[in-house]
Amino acid sequence: MSLKKIALTELDRFFSAIALKKKIYLPVEKAGQYDYAPWEPGITYHPEVLHTVKSAKSVFFPQSEDLVRYKRSGLSLAIAEVPPEDEEFVVFGVHACDVKGFEVLDRVFLSDPVDTFYKARREHGTVVSVMCPQPEETCFCETFGIDAENPGADVQARICEGTLYMEALTGKGEALLEELGGIVAEADQNGEAAGEGKDAEAYAKGAEEHKKIMDKLPLAGLTTEGFGAEADLLTLFNRPEWKELSSSCLGCGTCTYVCPTCQCYDIREYNTGKDIRRFRVWDSCMYSDFTMMAHGSPRPDQLQRFRQRFMHKLKYYPDNYEGAFSCVGCGRCLQKCPVSMNIVKVMKTLGGAAHE
Amino acid sequence: MSDNTSGCSGNCVPGMKKDMLVPQLAVVTDIRTDTPDVKTFRVKSLDGQPLFDHMPGQCAMLTLPGSGEAMFSITSSPTHKDYKEFSIKRCGMLTEALHAMEPGQEIGIRGPYGKPFPVDTEFRGKKLLFIAGGIGLAPLHSVIDYVRANRDAYGHMDILYGSRSAADLVDLEQIQTEWMNEKDTDVYLTIDRPQEGWDGHVGFVPSYLKELAFKPDCTAIICGPPIMIKFVLQALIEMGFDKKQVYTTLELKMKCGIGKCGRCNIGSKFVCKDGPVFRCDEIDELPGEY
Ligand SMILES: Cc1cc2nc3c(=O)[nH]c(=O)nc-3n(C[C@H](O)[C@H](O)[C@H](O)COP(=O)(O)OP(=O)(O)OC[C@H]3O[C@@H](n4cnc5c(N)ncnc54)[C@H](O)[C@@H]3O)c2cc1C
Ligand code: SF4
Ligand code: SF4
Ligand code: FES
Repeated sequence: MSLKKIALTELDRFFSAIALKKKIYLPVEKAGQYDYAPWEPGITYHPEVLHTVKSAKSVFFPQSEDLVRYKRSGLSLAIAEVPPEDEEFVVFGVHACDVKGFEVLDRVFLSDPVDTFYKARREHGTVVSVMCPQPEETCFCETFGIDAENPGADVQARICEGTLYMEALTGKGEALLEELGGIVAEADQNGEAAGEGKDAEAYAKGAEEHKKIMDKLPLAGLTTEGFGAEADLLTLFNRPEWKELSSSCLGCGTCTYVCPTCQCYDIREYNTGKDIRRFRVWDSCMYSDFTMMAHGSPRPDQLQRFRQRFMHKLKYYPDNYEGAFSCVGCGRCLQKCPVSMNIVKVMKTLGGAAHE
Repeated sequence: MSDNTSGCSGNCVPGMKKDMLVPQLAVVTDIRTDTPDVKTFRVKSLDGQPLFDHMPGQCAMLTLPGSGEAMFSITSSPTHKDYKEFSIKRCGMLTEALHAMEPGQEIGIRGPYGKPFPVDTEFRGKKLLFIAGGIGLAPLHSVIDYVRANRDAYGHMDILYGSRSAADLVDLEQIQTEWMNEKDTDVYLTIDRPQEGWDGHVGFVPSYLKELAFKPDCTAIICGPPIMIKFVLQALIEMGFDKKQVYTTLELKMKCGIGKCGRCNIGSKFVCKDGPVFRCDEIDELPGEY
């Protein structure tokens, strides 16, 4: 392991150095809310912020993007393609849950037939993860086997005692840290002369302390028992509790828009006057028109739509992707649902074991 | 899946594989009016090359930019390589616009999508019973013509087809001139209510099916409105058929056609890629959300 470091007070230099060559996305404050946006001089990174409103998925799977452009005149039609991403960029500050969220989307969009728009962004993006600050009571990433202290990605970072420590985990990550050679310093590690391994010690200690907080979280014992590929689909689907669980749902779709793993999209058209753009936008299975057809909808009530969202995350997705769940325990839906209905309540009600 | 590099224009990078969501350019060469609300469109590539290969039961996305995009069954048999046909019922924004097209109109097409009927495996050597209602003939059309093109590979063929009225029977002319004269083939037509000039059978498809009392020694293939499928399946079971002998197609709202937009699932299955063709015993394992 080769550990690099930079003082938090020097982060602006770090971001400017990257920004000279490529775009760097990170959580940016706008009107008191954080979301991923390109860094510009004057933007400060707030390491104490746990969650952006929307997850980091918006960098690879934007809320709206053009797929193809058409021009029609008389009987003829011209199809112009929208070129996929071709510039390198960096995403900085992604916490463990959102990093795992990328993997959930990868299984869908990178499996055959590949989504070339998503793939191009994944290939051109280098992800720098950061161990999250103080997790909150809504966090339950460990339920899905996520290691919050080691978030993974191309470069994995931890902030300990005012210093950002980074280790490259992939070739892309190494290349990035190499480019920043003049900005980031070698951290001293055990056995090396200067500093007698103080940095390595701080790095390890940071993780230990973080883990202690994780273990005390109220949702720490939550398990996926009763869900996943082994669970019986029809039994779960037919549980009478869905009725009560869904009864307060407003169908607002907030839970799907803030979720790092929700992947459903709509394809729509917009006539600009000059051409017709076919674009893709995030969509929500919580909406009544999501499955509406000429002869009606197979999910006419909110009960069915609510059930779809959670069955997808806890049963259908695992069935299709070797047992992996389509939830990373980020807790955003717990925080944002206006009627406090969420996946944890579903898991506690329908799951194998009751949790306190 | 077919190579999707042809039909490229505009900002296309040579040799770059297009995204599956980007259609290729095609032209509507012929339009036939079948019924007051169904027209059949023949679609070809601009360069005369086959658009793509398909098998009976598969679908394609058609787009008329400005009006939208939707999934349609390919009604022509794969044996006709130089064109694809689609029988389309006028029932909304896009289908209205498609019906207003003239020959020569260029459109976008992408596909083929979905799992076809097992015409080269399970169906081979079997007696076949086709049961269709209204526009439900569309996906079966391709199978029937495929069987006709390879007639000796299959056993006796019965075709039971019904619609609201005589005018609503899709492609009646081909049925009367070709299917009714096909060897080892019987065609039974029915309409919902009596009407002047119609001396054929009158009554709903499921009750006519029971009257005809087919023996359960064949493979049945059903397509039509959901309510018809339900009653036909019930009738077949009463007649001694096992669900493993019965195939149908399901229809759900679709956008991507490739199992990614998350719209067309029934339980863990995506109708766009795991269907639209299902064997009826497979449907029993799915939640009843269709
Ligand atoms: C696998 C598959 C195969 C198919 N094969 C064929 C085929 O061979 N032939 C064929 O004709 N069709 C076929 N279809 C159906 C086809 O894809 C279209 O969905 C259908 O023709 C609707 O056409 P439209 O877009 O013009 O209708 P739309 O404009 O979508 O409207 C249809 C009707 O639904 C109503 N509606 C639409 N959206 C809403 C909403 N959000 N709320 C309330 N009402 C709404 C409209 O008012 C209208 O009355 C197939 C579908 C699938 C999934
Ligand atoms: S379902 Fe809720 S907790 Fe799970 S990943 Fe989505 S927003 Fe986060
Ligand atoms: S569960 Fe909550 S956030 Fe999601 S749609 Fe229902 S009311 Fe909205
Ligand atoms: S149409 Fe998109 S998943 Fe089936």
